[in-house]
Amino acid sequence: MSAVLSSIPVKAQTSSGLWSIAMKRLARDKVGVISGGVVAVFLLLILASALGLVARDWSTEVGVSYANPSFLAGRENLEADAVRAAKKAVAAPPVDLSDVDPLAPRYKEWEERTKQIKTTEIERSETLPFGGDKWGRDVIKKTIKGAQASVFVGFVSAILAAFLGTLFGALAGYYGGRVSAIFEWLYNVFTSIPYILLVLAFAAVLGKGLLTVIMILGITGWTGIYRLIRAEYIKHRSREYVRAAEAIGASHNRRMFVQILPNVTHVILVQLSVHMVGFIKAEVILSFLGFGVPVEMVSWGTMLAEAQNELVIGKWWQLAAAGASMAVLVTAFSLFTDALRDALDPKLK
Amino acid sequence: MNPRNPVNAQDLLLEVKNLRVDFRIDRKEIFEAVKGIAFDIPRNSTVALVGESGSGKSVSAMAIMGLLPEDSAIVRADSAILYNRRNLLIQSQDAWQKLRGKEISMIFQEPMSSLNPVFKVGEQIVETLRLHMRLSASQARTRAVELLNEVGIPDPKLRFSSYPHEMSGGQQQRVMIAIAIACEPKLLIADEPTTALDVTIQKQILDLIAALQKKHHMSVLFITHDLGVVGEIADYVVVMRRGEIREQATAQQIFDSPRDAYTKALLACRPRLDRRPRRLPVIEDFMGDKPAPVQPERLRGFALNDEIVLEVRNLGKTFYTREGLFRKRPIPAVKGVSFKLAKGKTLGVVGESGSGKTTVGLTVMRLHAASSGEVLFDGKDLLALSSKEFIHYRRRIQIIFQNPYASLNPRFTVGNILVEPMEIHGIGSSAADQLRLAIELLGKVGLPESAIHKYPHEFSGGQRQRIAIARCLTMRPEVLICDESVSALDVSVQAQVLNLLQDLQDEFHMSYIFISHDLAVVKYMSDHVMVMNDGEVVEMANSDEIYLHPKQPYTRKLLASVPKGREAGVAA
Repeated sequence: MSAVLSSIPVKAQTSSGLWSIAMKRLARDKVGVISGGVVAVFLLLILASALGLVARDWSTEVGVSYANPSFLAGRENLEADAVRAAKKAVAAPPVDLSDVDPLAPRYKEWEERTKQIKTTEIERSETLPFGGDKWGRDVIKKTIKGAQASVFVGFVSAILAAFLGTLFGALAGYYGGRVSAIFEWLYNVFTSIPYILLVLAFAAVLGKGLLTVIMILGITGWTGIYRLIRAEYIKHRSREYVRAAEAIGASHNRRMFVQILPNVTHVILVQLSVHMVGFIKAEVILSFLGFGVPVEMVSWGTMLAEAQNELVIGKWWQLAAAGASMAVLVTAFSLFTDALRDALDPKLK
Repeated sequence: MNPRNPVNAQDLLLEVKNLRVDFRIDRKEIFEAVKGIAFDIPRNSTVALVGESGSGKSVSAMAIMGLLPEDSAIVRADSAILYNRRNLLIQSQDAWQKLRGKEISMIFQEPMSSLNPVFKVGEQIVETLRLHMRLSASQARTRAVELLNEVGIPDPKLRFSSYPHEMSGGQQQRVMIAIAIACEPKLLIADEPTTALDVTIQKQILDLIAALQKKHHMSVLFITHDLGVVGEIADYVVVMRRGEIREQATAQQIFDSPRDAYTKALLACRPRLDRRPRRLPVIEDFMGDKPAPVQPERLRGFALNDEIVLEVRNLGKTFYTREGLFRKRPIPAVKGVSFKLAKGKTLGVVGESGSGKTTVGLTVMRLHAASSGEVLFDGKDLLALSSKEFIHYRRRIQIIFQNPYASLNPRFTVGNILVEPMEIHGIGSSAADQLRLAIELLGKVGLPESAIHKYPHEFSGGQRQRIAIARCLTMRPEVLICDESVSALDVSVQAQVLNLLQDLQDEFHMSYIFISHDLAVVKYMSDHVMVMNDGEVVEMANSDEIYLHPKQPYTRKLLASVPKGREAGVAA
């Protein structure tokens, strides 16, 4: 129906930038705008938590153990009762052992000194907005703080993997022959080793830390993207427009990255969103195995790992919080990349 | 209203009455593709529906087949398509299903994409037979072999088990025809069935359709953009433009005394073997009030003392296919081709597909590595240069590809496309200067300045080819290779692009290597013609010479297949 389409009068565009036109088109796409908004809210929250504006005190134990969500205030909480009972037991007066205890004479002195230090017993609340974890930490704050680690890991490692996969795939697909053979060999090495083993091997070499997690996931995760991009490049390199570029004297790099790359961005974008989801989940596994984020940090992965035991005793809110925010972010991100892809395609209106 | 075909109503197989089809573009806009047309298809006759792309001819055929996209196409309520006096437009989907393939069947332009690549061709015929004729598996098989034989596939029993890719384009189209006639339809719709094929194959397919029409007493609705093609097979011709019928009459009348200016223009804009006006007439020449100016003839020819810009000596190119693990089988595509190209002149290269003509063009430009031979340009052998040295020569030899839809990067604006070669070769002092030059060249190829910010898909085929030409012009090449550059275009658009190429040659004194399978086009454009077959030069001579006195039988065969329309004096 090209004849039909070409007869539509097209308004003269004043700016020629692909991105400015794409943004205008994106603004017209309702799903794109909403999902983009959701992603933006997440990113803002993460930024705010990174800057310490929100959820700075996520590790403060503000509630009783497994505090009920405020909408379930009346629910019985056996765990908190148990902790209280244990505390009461501690508070009971000790048996007098002064006749046998060599330190007994100094107790008086120590007691005086402790009195000088002011301690305030925090009033542990029975309920928290969306419940508490084992130590009585606020699940909402934990989720926000957890997002910081998870999304950062997912995002950066997905970008790293996509970058490596695209670069390798472009080189292998475009040049073919020996170059392709080398990359295929590399690909085979990476895919022939079981994924978890490979990840563990890297983790053992690189040590622990957030950066390590990113490196591991990026370095091991490029293979799938590589395959797809390589196939795309094989398809495109013999297309007439690439040949036309060769005829006007465009260099290999120019043909690879200026001519062909814009025509395969849709693959990269879709892969980016798929991999981001995968890497957020991979971080869960790594954290579970002890190679993930450090102990003093929280991520959605560690939350989900904790949730396993909690679920058995009927405390579902930590799982719900981490799971739901992950689902919302991932869905919004996928829809957003879809919309972005459509907006970037000049052929679709 | 144009005069209807003077035929008794009982003899009409199909009557299209006041057909209006609109397409929804978005919520507010609609595009009127067919604006209330009416024509009839009598029994046992061939009706040609002729028009340029966008004329609504294919949409009309889709409406008859009930294949219009339901979500975007609106058929107006007062439209009617009577098949055997039954209105097709008000029947159920099930009824359509019964009719399609059995009573009305269709063949398409691209046989390769119409056949399912993963099934054997025989099975695809069997499927149709079993679906509509309820034959048993073995009966269907026998019938399929008969059909393959009938459409002229050699060794039909063996070819039954071939996959589509193992057949040539012409054979694939024959298989499509076999599927279409499998159930002995009353009406065969042929939508540009020969446009993708070589002249010689085109002739065979046209003959086949004509023979089958007579034998099976079918009616044929033949859709094409090329009036010349239908002259020999059509009984009635309907000329469409922009969703309206301009003229309908018997073929005799259309070719001998066309009434409508548009019909006259369509007849005139196809280059002819016997004449060579300075400029080809285009549609606009006829649509105005003034009569079309009579163009003086252009003299063509090649003289021995012409200045030579490019000399090719003994050029060879061999491709290899792998056989087994280690063996390679050589496939020689070009064998010892030599020619000289004179400054400001055009060398035409003609041949069927597979003759190696395109490979010659690509090898001269080093888009393929040559296997042997020399290409002398400026006294240097281009094939012997290193790629770094060659880059300086690259801009001096340029190429325009066949498919204007594929040769422009869909992600680049026209501005990007035109500026890119200037960036590569350092033409123009600044970005602003390059943009100015790009706009100037757009004007030169007849496109508005506003085109600079648009993407290739917003243009029609002819306009895209103009963009491709402008891209070459940015580098001011001395040699321009036109590889089937007008073959994908409608005849009317083809005339415009040929005129443009001719004007540019007159202005810039470029030399052209004009590669085409269309002899009439080559004749019009060339001073010197080289006929190729199987990678070898069959005959090379002055253009008039080769058409008036062809020496080789192969050349004669090619000339004989050119569609002549009806041999009649066309007002031009």
